[in-house]
Amino acid sequence: MQREQTPLQRIVADFAESRLALAGLALFTLILLAALFAPLISPQNPYDLAQLDVLDSRLPPGSRSGDGLTFWLGSDDQGRDILSGIFYGLRISLWVGVASTFCAMIIGLAMGLCAAYFGGRTDGVIMRLVDIQLSFPAILIALILLALLGQGIGKTIFALITVQWAYYARSARSTALVERRKEYIEAAMCLALPPARIVFRHLLPNCLPPLLVIATVQVAAAVALEATLSYLGIGVPITEPSLGLLIKNGFDYMLSGKYWISFFPGIALVLTIVSINLVADQLRDVLNPRLQK
Amino acid sequence: MPVFIIRRLLQSVLVLFFMSLVVFVGVYAIGNPVDILINPQADQADIARAIAALGLDKPLAQQYLIFLKQALAGDLGKSFAYDIPAIQLILERMPATLELALLATGMAVLLGIPLGLWAGLAPDSWPGKLIMAGSILGFSLPTFWVGLMLIMVFAVELGWLPSNGRGPSTELLGVAVSFLSWEGIRHLVLPAVNLALFKLSLIIRLTRAGTREALLQDYVKFARAKGLSNARVVGVHVLKNIMIPIVTVIGLEFGSVIAFAIVTESIFAWPGMGKLIIDSIKVLDRPVIVAYLLVIVSLFILINLAVDIVYSLLDPRVRISEAKG
Repeated sequence: MQREQTPLQRIVADFAESRLALAGLALFTLILLAALFAPLISPQNPYDLAQLDVLDSRLPPGSRSGDGLTFWLGSDDQGRDILSGIFYGLRISLWVGVASTFCAMIIGLAMGLCAAYFGGRTDGVIMRLVDIQLSFPAILIALILLALLGQGIGKTIFALITVQWAYYARSARSTALVERRKEYIEAAMCLALPPARIVFRHLLPNCLPPLLVIATVQVAAAVALEATLSYLGIGVPITEPSLGLLIKNGFDYMLSGKYWISFFPGIALVLTIVSINLVADQLRDVLNPRLQK
Repeated sequence: MPVFIIRRLLQSVLVLFFMSLVVFVGVYAIGNPVDILINPQADQADIARAIAALGLDKPLAQQYLIFLKQALAGDLGKSFAYDIPAIQLILERMPATLELALLATGMAVLLGIPLGLWAGLAPDSWPGKLIMAGSILGFSLPTFWVGLMLIMVFAVELGWLPSNGRGPSTELLGVAVSFLSWEGIRHLVLPAVNLALFKLSLIIRLTRAGTREALLQDYVKFARAKGLSNARVVGVHVLKNIMIPIVTVIGLEFGSVIAFAIVTESIFAWPGMGKLIIDSIKVLDRPVIVAYLLVIVSLFILINLAVDIVYSLLDPRVRISEAKG
């Protein structure tokens, strides 16, 4: 006796076919947990100045601090434990990446659906804006905004939203244009439902899968972009260091051979980005209707 | 054809106008222009004089017209940090950035096309898989991290190459360049490789996909049936047909190479426009920031325009549909 698979079961089963993707998902889950429980698992609170001792600064990996703590990944120029710094840094990096991606998706989705549903001049204005924006690289737009606004976590998130919304708008519009011509929308229109109801209850759920794929890729891109901006010194402020800022702080010491201050946060950043990309790659294949057997 | 170019030109002017409005709103309406455009070290009388000179006591619309007029005349204010006109400062730094960007693009093309061909011709062999795995990494690793690793390995651990600056430059037609002296080349290698990596991955992917598609076409089967050598089939029949998309992407991506040079220049302390803008943001040298934005936006519009025109020359279908639309 074989039961019908629900769509969710099918997606989960298809996703599990790739071992690489499962490994990516496991790694990402670990990273996420480390970020969520940073205060519980960190050997030291890197923000608590009372726990820091300048005498412990720039110790190589594996050495012991004055009060018996082991710096498994070394310490930085303030005597902070690198491992704890990474856990706390991950929180900020992931928060900025996820929050900006989520907001950008909502805004892009709304704009794309409006463009597709109303057409005409609304469509023209929104899509021209998208075209102009996409003709400039993301990093340039983010840089311009942060140069005008100044540093800050909120401002960095705002810059990343501005950079990203256009991708979703374009994708949502093209999917919605296809869906719009289908019969269920025609039926809904014949029932004289209000436009808001048609757009949000009928059109929207059917436009989501391709957007979710873009969103997974974009979380990785947003984390990478935030790290780049913070590395350049125009992203998050020094009081709330993300991985990018940790890497920047260690850069000067790298030239004198003290590699660990930059190197380990760098590894954490790369593992985060690669694990998200592995998941996104498989998700794209699973959610692509053209590849379904 | 002329219709198409005129339409594109008009569009470009419109975008430039729009961007100048964005920069104006950013500087004048969001921030306080007195803080942004006038040196904070100036005394009260100087500030009053500057406000009158900049027209900051006038209504906003009129201010925008003044800003436009001065920008068109190339007057974008003086740098606080260097005390020379901002636009001059940027134009002085531009050759260093262009040299780096051109070299990086050249490297990406010269390496990317052969590697992409190899991966496309033998997708299941281990070199083919290795090339693809490498290109995926090149896509996902952040440029600045790769730059750091290059410095760590080649400059700090091995000590083979210098990690910062441009080295001695040689004059070529009145422009200082690095690639003519051995020491200059040594300084160029790491930043150029760093900047090239992302584009290299992109070109490998494009070439591989194009090659795999072209190999299935009838003209390739026919060429093989004629008994042509493998080298001729690949070198002439396949390569020629995959060049159009590759050339387009190389052109369009040149702008993004210049944008990403901001990151590479900051890591390797390369004295180009990108490092200048980051330094200026840090010391709040705002006239330079405004001038950089307008220069880079114009540069982008120019590149996009050039690519569109070249593309319409290569592919007649584009200009016909554009002229109608």
